[in-house]
Amino acid sequence: MSARGAGKRPGGGRLVVLIPYLWLIAFFLAPFVIVAKISLSQTAMALPPYTPVLDLAAGWAGLKQFAAQLSLDSYALLASDELYLRSYLKSLEIAGVSTVLLLLIGYPLAYGIARSPRGLQPLLVMLVVLPFWTSFLIRVYAWINILQRDGLLNDVLMRLHVIGAPIAWLSTDTAIYIGVVYSYLPFMVLPLYASLEKIDPSLLEAAADLGCPRWKAFWRVTLPLSWPGVAAGALLCFIPITGEFVIPDLLGGSRTLMIGQTLWTEFFSNRDWPVASAIAVALLALLLVPILFYERLQKRAIGETP
Amino acid sequence: MKRTSAFNVVSVAFGLAFLYLPIAILVIYSFNASRLVTVWGGWSLAWYRELLRDQAILDAAWMSLRIGALSASAATVLGTLAAVALTRARRFRGRLMFSGMVYAPLVMPEVITGLSLLLLFVATGVDRGFWTVTAAHTTLTMCFVTVIVQSRLIGFDRSLEEAAMDLGCPPLKTFLIVTLPLIWPAVAAGWMLAFSLSLDDLVIASFTTGPGATTLPIRIYSQVRLGVKPEINAICTIMIAVVALATIVSSLAAKRGATRRAREGLGVQV
Repeated sequence: MSARGAGKRPGGGRLVVLIPYLWLIAFFLAPFVIVAKISLSQTAMALPPYTPVLDLAAGWAGLKQFAAQLSLDSYALLASDELYLRSYLKSLEIAGVSTVLLLLIGYPLAYGIARSPRGLQPLLVMLVVLPFWTSFLIRVYAWINILQRDGLLNDVLMRLHVIGAPIAWLSTDTAIYIGVVYSYLPFMVLPLYASLEKIDPSLLEAAADLGCPRWKAFWRVTLPLSWPGVAAGALLCFIPITGEFVIPDLLGGSRTLMIGQTLWTEFFSNRDWPVASAIAVALLALLLVPILFYERLQKRAIGETP
Repeated sequence: MKRTSAFNVVSVAFGLAFLYLPIAILVIYSFNASRLVTVWGGWSLAWYRELLRDQAILDAAWMSLRIGALSASAATVLGTLAAVALTRARRFRGRLMFSGMVYAPLVMPEVITGLSLLLLFVATGVDRGFWTVTAAHTTLTMCFVTVIVQSRLIGFDRSLEEAAMDLGCPPLKTFLIVTLPLIWPAVAAGWMLAFSLSLDDLVIASFTTGPGATTLPIRIYSQVRLGVKPEINAICTIMIAVVALATIVSSLAAKRGATRRAREGLGVQV
């Protein structure tokens, strides 16, 4: 933390870095260390419900005794019980399919906005962002109104004689997909729009002048140039969807659980903190590569050298 | 040249309809006299009256507003400092880890953040409640503030700061009277985003809360699990109205600021 490096603010420059740095170490990094530690502990009928508890007052002997009691039991349980593996796979499946659906819906929307008259674009972008400002919970809840058995969707479909009897939409994967796509659409559209809007229209004109058909110009010019937006949008959706809890809990069924729900149940219902921690560590390991990739993109987008 | 093809119009219209239809239905049915979703019983304010009598919901809303305001303010200060550190201090020890910690919470699944913060509070023996939720929300939302303020600081003319300091203005004063007014719109937008994220959060609040600190989303969630209720439609409508109003006011204010700056800019040129 050289004072020169921190601009022309010798004393203050150091504080500017230190204050948020220490906050993040205390409330972001330290908690992960604790999670990792508890995932190696064993469940106990005590408060806190795990053992061993690190006793710093006992000094080196306490530390040695603590290390001797650590175990991999929780991870062994994760590996042996099919329930956990199934919910990891389910989460990856839901996140993957949703991300593809989001791209299929979000790309035309972002493209349409980027091609609309200049004066209209800020308004359209605001219209896409506005629902994001209303509560996540409200937006999921709004779909329960529509999808429940005596809800509006069944009502409309029956009046149109598309279906003869009400369909159970809720508690299915379809409902999860609808909720996820609906909630994450702004996260997909914004990075896509940002990269589409930057494309120089004269490139497409040049392609047209040289006799390139429009679909081909899209395929060879627009799509490759919008690639950073596609990657950013896909990661920004895929990573949090994998750990999603609220949407599958409210809209999904009880037969297939996503990993976020499994963690929640282990923690709140079963009160098995070591297993919940082990699930968190494993989920983090699963998402580490996409998260690092996202950070690289984010730094590049913000103009920092990677 | 921009061509507005029928395909583009249709895809934008379809996208916006998909985004707004469910919310519109929710708002309309909050005024429904009937308890059933499919039966329209005429316009009524019954559910709003019911809401005003529900002390638990009102308490939860008040709790959420206090946590939101406090954590957004703390997050704005910390997030702005982090943004200044990341854009101004090009090299310092541990920079890579610092920027990693700033960007990671943006995509980190909430269940992981919530669980880890709870275990921290348990390990340190802190009483859980108002303050632990506030600290958790501050940590989550400061990263969003950093990203917003940072993008503003990057497209920012540093010669103004340098001029002030060459004329003998101390660094802190330079920041307060030159830098801060220029990045103010981003700082305000950061606060707004932090506030609404805090109001919105269910998962992290559920992990880090304690007895007596039920936030609005926790309350709504426990009601929603029991099924759709018209009172919930009513409280959601109020929240949507507040958010819409705040967004319109802030975008109007930003627009006015932009016109004023443009006018002043012209004045300088003339």
